Amino acid sequence: MSGTPDEPMGWLPAPVVELLDAALVADLTVVGRGGRPLTHPLIPFWDGERILMTSSALFSRKVEHIKRDPRVAVAIVDREALTKPLQARATIQGIARIVEDDPHVTWERVLPLWRAKEPVIDRFLKMRFALPLFFERAIIEVTPARCLWWADGDTSREPTEARAPRPTRGRAHV
Amino acid sequence: MDVATALRKISEYPYSSVFWRDDEGAPLSVPVTDFAVDPVEGTVSFAAPAGDAVRVPADREVGLISGHIRRQPEIGYDERRYVELWGRARAVGERVVFEPTDAWGWDEAELPFMEYSERGVEQAIRYFGGLSAQLGRPIRPRLQAGWLFFRATRLPFLSATFVPVLLGLAIAAHHGAFDPLTALLTVIAAAAVHLGLNVSNDVFDDVLGADRLNYTPTPYSGGSRVIQYGLLSRREMTLLSAGLYGVAILIGLVLVLMTRSVELLVIGLVGIVISLGYTAPPLKLVYRGLGEFAVALGFGPVMLLGAYVVQTGRVSLEALVASVPVAILVALILYVNEIPDRLADAAAGKRTLVVRFSPETVRAAYLVAAIAAFAVIVAGVAARLLPLPTLVALAALPLALRVYRGIGQTANAYGLMSVMATNIKLHMVAGALLLAGYLAAIGAAAFGLVR
Repeated sequence: MSGTPDEPMGWLPAPVVELLDAALVADLTVVGRGGRPLTHPLIPFWDGERILMTSSALFSRKVEHIKRDPRVAVAIVDREALTKPLQARATIQGIARIVEDDPHVTWERVLPLWRAKEPVIDRFLKMRFALPLFFERAIIEVTPARCLWWADGDTSREPTEARAPRPTRGRAHV
Repeated sequence: MDVATALRKISEYPYSSVFWRDDEGAPLSVPVTDFAVDPVEGTVSFAAPAGDAVRVPADREVGLISGHIRRQPEIGYDERRYVELWGRARAVGERVVFEPTDAWGWDEAELPFMEYSERGVEQAIRYFGGLSAQLGRPIRPRLQAGWLFFRATRLPFLSATFVPVLLGLAIAAHHGAFDPLTALLTVIAAAAVHLGLNVSNDVFDDVLGADRLNYTPTPYSGGSRVIQYGLLSRREMTLLSAGLYGVAILIGLVLVLMTRSVELLVIGLVGIVISLGYTAPPLKLVYRGLGEFAVALGFGPVMLLGAYVVQTGRVSLEALVASVPVAILVALILYVNEIPDRLADAAAGKRTLVVRFSPETVRAAYLVAAIAAFAVIVAGVAARLLPLPTLVALAALPLALRVYRGIGQTANAYGLMSVMATNIKLHMVAGALLLAGYLAAIGAAAFGLVR
């Protein structure tokens, strides 16, 4: 990863990264069985290079869909579902990878990011025995490929577009 | 969810996005503004997003999602609800008109998160099956061993055992007989039978389908769920139950040999038969509306008299009378806990009293039984069978009235949770007060005061 204080790591525009960091809900759109686009509201996390989301085994159809077709879109739409007031809106197309070698523990690497946005998660985690399947989770790791964003959130104006630089050898994630 | 309901809901939500598959087939989702629902036409219109990159297509299926959460600073969020619609869109001037034909959604105010999760259990099991095949090794959900034992055996319900056993021991002590070693063995054996019963109940409810059909389990009802969740297999639960019964039977035989009491042997056999026959064929007592009776007998006279006989080598009318209020109150725990299971039990052919009775009768019968439990204590004292200080147990009566009022307020499983908790508390408090009454009587006797 690279970057300076003025330039966020990766190529996503700074306002979009700010939006990802503040969003409590993002709409993850996947390609469903039969080709229908399906959208799932999930809490997004930005690790500096990828958008991370998690899915409980209880609601894991989206995971099956992504395994069949990894192309996804992540849109941040709801201004009330932000940890701070922001005007921008964005949609990001990318390729998702499912990380699930051990659904009991692998997802816990996302926990610090999750805790920062939803502190109550620690209270639920202490009650893991009461919600065992909720805490069997897969990580959905989205590598952004293209981003469309509206600085003032007004979609009646054309969006600004940014694309991922062509992958160089040894830097591909997918 | 039908389209009309979905349209009504999204008109209340402030933010939406429209999504489709772009020309390369990749999903694309775009926020929309200025959207308006026309319930008569069954359409949603919104300002057309500007630019070729986000032009809403008219030649393919388009979706629209609209949702709501309430942000809770320093906590996260709640009030989750969203609606998703699919249909076709067309441009009309500067706007897009979307005609949905299909809808789906979730509102946690209508479908509580716990029930929503329960409805996902089958998907979770499919997920683990698929992942196991994909990775070439078995993957299944886990819990730490201690928590798994806690959950599988429903350990907190042991209070139902401790109350009658400790009371039986106290009555024996009041009669001048108390041996710490056999008392400890009695507590362990009774606890093992109880836990073995809880586990075998889950095994047979799984075989007979009652727990699988229950989407509204609570900490007090619907079983431990460890089989349904794939945490333990039916075979592992069967072995656990057999092991617990084995411990109980072994200790029971040691106690019979130590006391040489035929009464204890008979009480022990009755206890094992009731315990196993509670859910297991051919008796299936709980499926025949005899569950409350079986629980009353097992967690009342059998446990209390058993503990008493271990210490004294004989049965007594006083111990039998003292066991009656305990028996009624423990049966009422089961009775109230069956209320949220009513539909699932009926679907599985489990003809509990709650399934058989009308809701009004369920409530009235609770009050009659609860009052009867306290009336027995008063009558026992009046007949000089129970010591005077046991009247202190009447202090628990307000809890029974609180449960009675609570039963009438809701039949919703989650709404009833506090009522079920109060009902369990009623059994524990009444039992503890009876025990305190006996300890006071023992103290009074030790100081030479008349009983």
